[in-house]
Amino acid sequence: MSNDKTLFEKVWDDHVVVAETPDTPAILYVDLHIIHEVTTPQAFSLLREKRFPVRRPDLILATMDHSTPTTPVTTFKDLDVVAEGAANQIRQMEVNCKEFGIELLGFGSIERGIVHIIGPELGATQPGKTIVCGDSHTSTHGAFGALAFGIGTTEVGHVLATQCLLQRKSRTLVIDVEGNLSKGVTAKDLILGIIGKIGVDGGIGHVIEYRGDAISALSMDSRMTVCNMSIEAGARAGMIAPDDTTFEFLNGRPRSPRGADWDTSVARWRELRTDDGAKYDKSASISASDLGPMVTFGTNPGMVVGINDAVPDRPSDPSFRKALDYMQIEAGKPMTHNDVDVVFVGSCANSRLSDLQEAANIVKGRKVADGVRMLVVPGSQQIKKDAESLGLDKIFVAAGAEWREAGCSMCIGMNGDIVATGKLAVSTSNRNFEGRQGVGARTVLASPMTAAASAITGKVADPRPFLRDE
Amino acid sequence: MESIGKITSRTVVMPTNDIDTDQIIPARFLTTTSRDGLGQFVFNDLRRDSNGDDIADFVLNQPQAAGCAVLVGGKNFGCGSSREHAPWALLDYGFRAVISTEIADIFKNNSLKNGLIPVVVDAEIHQRLIANPGIEVTIDIETRTLTLEDGSAVEFPIDSFARFCLLHGIDQLGFIQQQLAAIESFEEQRSWTP
Repeated sequence: MSNDKTLFEKVWDDHVVVAETPDTPAILYVDLHIIHEVTTPQAFSLLREKRFPVRRPDLILATMDHSTPTTPVTTFKDLDVVAEGAANQIRQMEVNCKEFGIELLGFGSIERGIVHIIGPELGATQPGKTIVCGDSHTSTHGAFGALAFGIGTTEVGHVLATQCLLQRKSRTLVIDVEGNLSKGVTAKDLILGIIGKIGVDGGIGHVIEYRGDAISALSMDSRMTVCNMSIEAGARAGMIAPDDTTFEFLNGRPRSPRGADWDTSVARWRELRTDDGAKYDKSASISASDLGPMVTFGTNPGMVVGINDAVPDRPSDPSFRKALDYMQIEAGKPMTHNDVDVVFVGSCANSRLSDLQEAANIVKGRKVADGVRMLVVPGSQQIKKDAESLGLDKIFVAAGAEWREAGCSMCIGMNGDIVATGKLAVSTSNRNFEGRQGVGARTVLASPMTAAASAITGKVADPRPFLRDE
Repeated sequence: MESIGKITSRTVVMPTNDIDTDQIIPARFLTTTSRDGLGQFVFNDLRRDSNGDDIADFVLNQPQAAGCAVLVGGKNFGCGSSREHAPWALLDYGFRAVISTEIADIFKNNSLKNGLIPVVVDAEIHQRLIANPGIEVTIDIETRTLTLEDGSAVEFPIDSFARFCLLHGIDQLGFIQQQLAAIESFEEQRSWTP
């Protein structure tokens, strides 16, 4: 039998505490547990009730992002701007972290931000780690060659108490991406194209590995966008083998290894690639060169179309028809036909500095169209600061957009940042589910460039005519 | 958790594909710090209009849905967000099992840990269930079988460990804690530390 292993198998095998049997799942060790205010209170309550301590508070990264206001909070009184429930949850997070000895990156911390933004930003996300969080977009961290996936609150309790999880080994799906992305076409368009191709259930039961020339050419920011949406294809996780781009990104970050430890780590990380003879359970491929800007037209991320292509129809599919009805979208016409009410640039899919730069590059010197609200929400307080030092905030504000504090914001609409009923939002987030951004809100997922171009024209717009030479 | 062996109930059918956890319980109801009482919000935005009044057409608002503990959904049921509030809400509302041709991974895991039984069936059985809403079915965890109204039975896959825990009301955390020595030795012996 061959000893060749996939990237996933290498990371999996390195974390098995007790091996899987037909009767019992594996006990898998967790290297980094990221926690936030929404999916942890019930887990802490269980620990309190059972008098269990948190086993490894040093392996937890704790912050607040989902229900936090994106207007400045300097005192807890400022929380009155959000719903009482959200304010209570935020206060409870403070109490829980204090009681269980966990460092919390809370209000006032420059390190606070969206869970999946700050892990990489701080260098806590590293190749070869197992990373979990009570949030499905934990797949983001797989961009570094980590095995990272979302878990439920019961499992959050398991990890808090034992630093371990009960897991069955997933199957593997490799996606080869050859060619090059054209100008104006981004990682967001690529992953939307992939989901469109394999379907929102194409990855169920699988860990995806993305590879090929087009993936190697991507920046870490872009790789994170790709891995972020692995869950939207139903996959357990998405992974990309680490390379020099990965190591360069991590070098010198606050929680990255240093000195001799750095060299040892990089040597270990270089081994984290799929062996030539290793087998995947399934495979798919896509050409990056063939892709243009992509936008969604329906109520799941697999209902996606090229920006200038006609929205398809499936008259005999009631689920499909229901989605078009909800979206008030006409089949047979391109999405550029639709008026836009709101533009949201943010979320763990697209709120990193390069995303904000791409949007600002299009917005600069132009005005957000009359009647359009544009909200720009950086992924972390650090990104906010970096963007401000580049003057991006001024570009957005001069164009008529709102510039906010870090958080999940309008991606999930828990903090008061919502899209009104019936309004159409072009959003750089990752979910266009019914009601995701507000009751009756209609979401079109797109890249930061497409979102910015749509804000300027007031219609869903192809960003390519708006690109400037860099 | 209480032990669960068998569920017998009439079905409620929601044939739409890709029913995500945002539909099962919208995010604005996740600001709770408790797992109790979420049944009132299950499918809230499909069940109620903007005034909070029941939408008569919606299946759960129809009189024949009362007391049904088995929900038949379209394929890829429970996709999207990892919120465990989704199975908590379905259970609190009175559901005990969900049947589909495909059930999303995280939702399935969360459901099994709370005693909501995910039952995956083939397209033929699924079609039959969708075409005949309200029939009485029995889900037997012990024998891993789904029995339809005419007495015909099909097997469904269920993880053997999850099944054992359901049948005996075993808390999975306790199982991991029994392996404390193995966890400690793993931490001591690994070649690198996170």
